[in-house]
Amino acid sequence: MRNIDFQEVLDQPLESHMTISMGPQHPSTHGVLRLELVLDGEMVVKVTPDIGYLHTGMEKLFEYKKYQQGIVITDRMDYLNPLGNNLAYVMAVEKLLQLEIPERAQVIRVMMCELQRIASHMVWLGTHALDIGAMSVFFYAFRQREKILNLIEAASGGRMTPSYFRIGGLMMDLPAGFEHRVKQFLDEFPEALEQFENLVSRNTLFQARTQGIGYISKEDAIDWGLTGPCLRGSGVDLDLRRDNPYSGYETYDFEVPVETGGDVWARFRVRMRELYESHKIIRQALERLKPGPIKADAPKVVLPDRADMRKHMDALIHHFLIIAEGFNVPPGEVYHAIEASKGELGVYIKSNGGPKPERVHFRGPSFVNLSALPVMAEGEMVADVIAIIGSIDIVLGEVDR
Amino acid sequence: MPDTKPLLDFVEKLKAEKPEAVTEVREALGEVTVFVPREHIVEACRFMKEVLDFDMLADLCGVDRGPEEDPRFEVNYHLFSTKHHKRLRLKVLLSEDDPHVATVTTVWKTANWHERETYDMFGIIFDGHPDLRRILLPSDFDGHPLRKDYPLRGYEPYSLT
Repeated sequence: MRNIDFQEVLDQPLESHMTISMGPQHPSTHGVLRLELVLDGEMVVKVTPDIGYLHTGMEKLFEYKKYQQGIVITDRMDYLNPLGNNLAYVMAVEKLLQLEIPERAQVIRVMMCELQRIASHMVWLGTHALDIGAMSVFFYAFRQREKILNLIEAASGGRMTPSYFRIGGLMMDLPAGFEHRVKQFLDEFPEALEQFENLVSRNTLFQARTQGIGYISKEDAIDWGLTGPCLRGSGVDLDLRRDNPYSGYETYDFEVPVETGGDVWARFRVRMRELYESHKIIRQALERLKPGPIKADAPKVVLPDRADMRKHMDALIHHFLIIAEGFNVPPGEVYHAIEASKGELGVYIKSNGGPKPERVHFRGPSFVNLSALPVMAEGEMVADVIAIIGSIDIVLGEVDR
Repeated sequence: MPDTKPLLDFVEKLKAEKPEAVTEVREALGEVTVFVPREHIVEACRFMKEVLDFDMLADLCGVDRGPEEDPRFEVNYHLFSTKHHKRLRLKVLLSEDDPHVATVTTVWKTANWHERETYDMFGIIFDGHPDLRRILLPSDFDGHPLRKDYPLRGYEPYSLT
C-alpha cells in the first residue's frame, strides 16, 4: 500500500472523485462479484466488495437433506475444487459418527485431492495471467486441467461434480488402468510446469505487473483471517495438511512453500511452488496404493456393494433403509477444517440425532480472503485491482454459497 | 480422537484469570466448547488472543435451535492458534427477545463479514459493529432465512415475473 492520507483525499471536493461499479458482469471478477470503487484519478481510494449475487441458500438446503444427500450440494460450492469440499464435509460427518476409514480409501482421497488442487491452481494460473494480459497461458493451463478432469471423470463419472467421497469411504473403487493414467500425467506434468515458469514466472512484464502490488503484512493477514496461499505469501508458515494433519497427510513427505513478500508476486510464487509439492504427494500416494477395502465396515451407514445386494438379504435391507430413511447421527457438534486449494475450508455441523443435520455451516476460504481485498487494493491503481483479485483466487460459488 | 488435555489447560488459564467469563466447559469428539456469557465475550476473546495466542478467528457462525427453545440462538466462535495449531470453540447463547451480542471486530478484523453474515441469516445484532448491513441477501429482503421458522421456499410464492 502506498503512503497516502486517505482522509485528505476523501475531504477534497467531489469533482475529483469518481465512484464506479466494477462488475457484477466483468470478466476479471471471476464470476458475479461487484466492487464499488472510489477513484481519485486512476488511484483507488476505497473498495467496497458487494457479494451475494450467486447466493443459493445452500446452508438452509442442508437442513432439509439427509447427510448423504448433502455431499452433492458441496460439489457446487467451490466448483473448482469439488473433491476438497466433499472431503471436508464427509470428514466432519465421519467425525460425528466416529468412523474408521480404511487405508486404501485414505490414500485415494489424498491422491484425488492433490490432483484436484493442481486442477484448481491451473484455473487460477490461466485466469490470473489472462487478467493481466497474457492470453496464451490460459490455453496451456486448461490443457493440463483437462487431463485431470478426465481422470476425475474416469474415477467418479463426473467432471465438475464428482461426489466421489462418501461418508465412510469412496463411491467406488478406481477403474482398471487408472494408476497407469495418473503415472502418465505425472510424467508429463513437470514439462508443463517448466513451460509455465518460462511463460509466466520469467516474464518481465508479468513480474512488473505483480511485484510490490497488493501488499498485506503478516500481522494483517492473520488479523483478517487469511489462509492458504494468501497467508503463506505473507510469510506465515501454516499449512493444515502438516499442522493439523488429516487423511494420513502426516506420513507424506512434502514441503510447505512460504514467501515473505506479501504482494501479488509472493502469492503467485507460493501457488507455483505448491504445484511441485502436489506432484510429489501424488507420486507417493500412487506408490502406496495397495488393494484393500474402500469403505468403512459400518453397514448401517455405508451403502453395500451391488453384488452383495443380490446375494444377501441384510445388504438389501440396509441399502433400502439408508436410501429411504437415512441413518441417524449421534447428537453433537464438530468443526472440521482441511487445507483446500484456496485455504482453510471449515465445516461446522450440529446434529440433534436424526438423519438430517440441525445446522451446517461452511467457512469458505474465498469468503474470508475476499474480505481482505480493501486492505490490499486501497492505494493502488485500478488496473492493479484486477491483478490483486486474481492473486486472491476466489470462487464466487463459495463466497456466496 | 485427538488429546484434549492441552486445550483444557488453556481453558483453566482463562478460568483462573476471568472466572466470570466461563459458565460451562464441554468436551466431546476431541473438541472443547466454552460457554461464555454474552457480556464477557469480548474480554474473553481478547484474553484468548493476546495472552493465550489464539490469534486467528477461523470462523464465526450462528445456530438457531428452533422457536420453541430458550435460549434460542447460539453464536459459535471458532478460534485457531497459528503458533500451537490448536482449535477452541467459544459459545454464546442468546434469547429470541434480545438477540444482541457485542461485536468482536475490535479484536479480529475478520469478524466483520462473519458477523454481517450471521446478522443476515439469523437477525442476531452485533452491537458496535462498524457496518452491520446484509451481506449475501439484498437489502430489502424480508426475514432471516436460516431461522427455523423461515419456510424453505420463502414467504412469497416463487415467480419469475
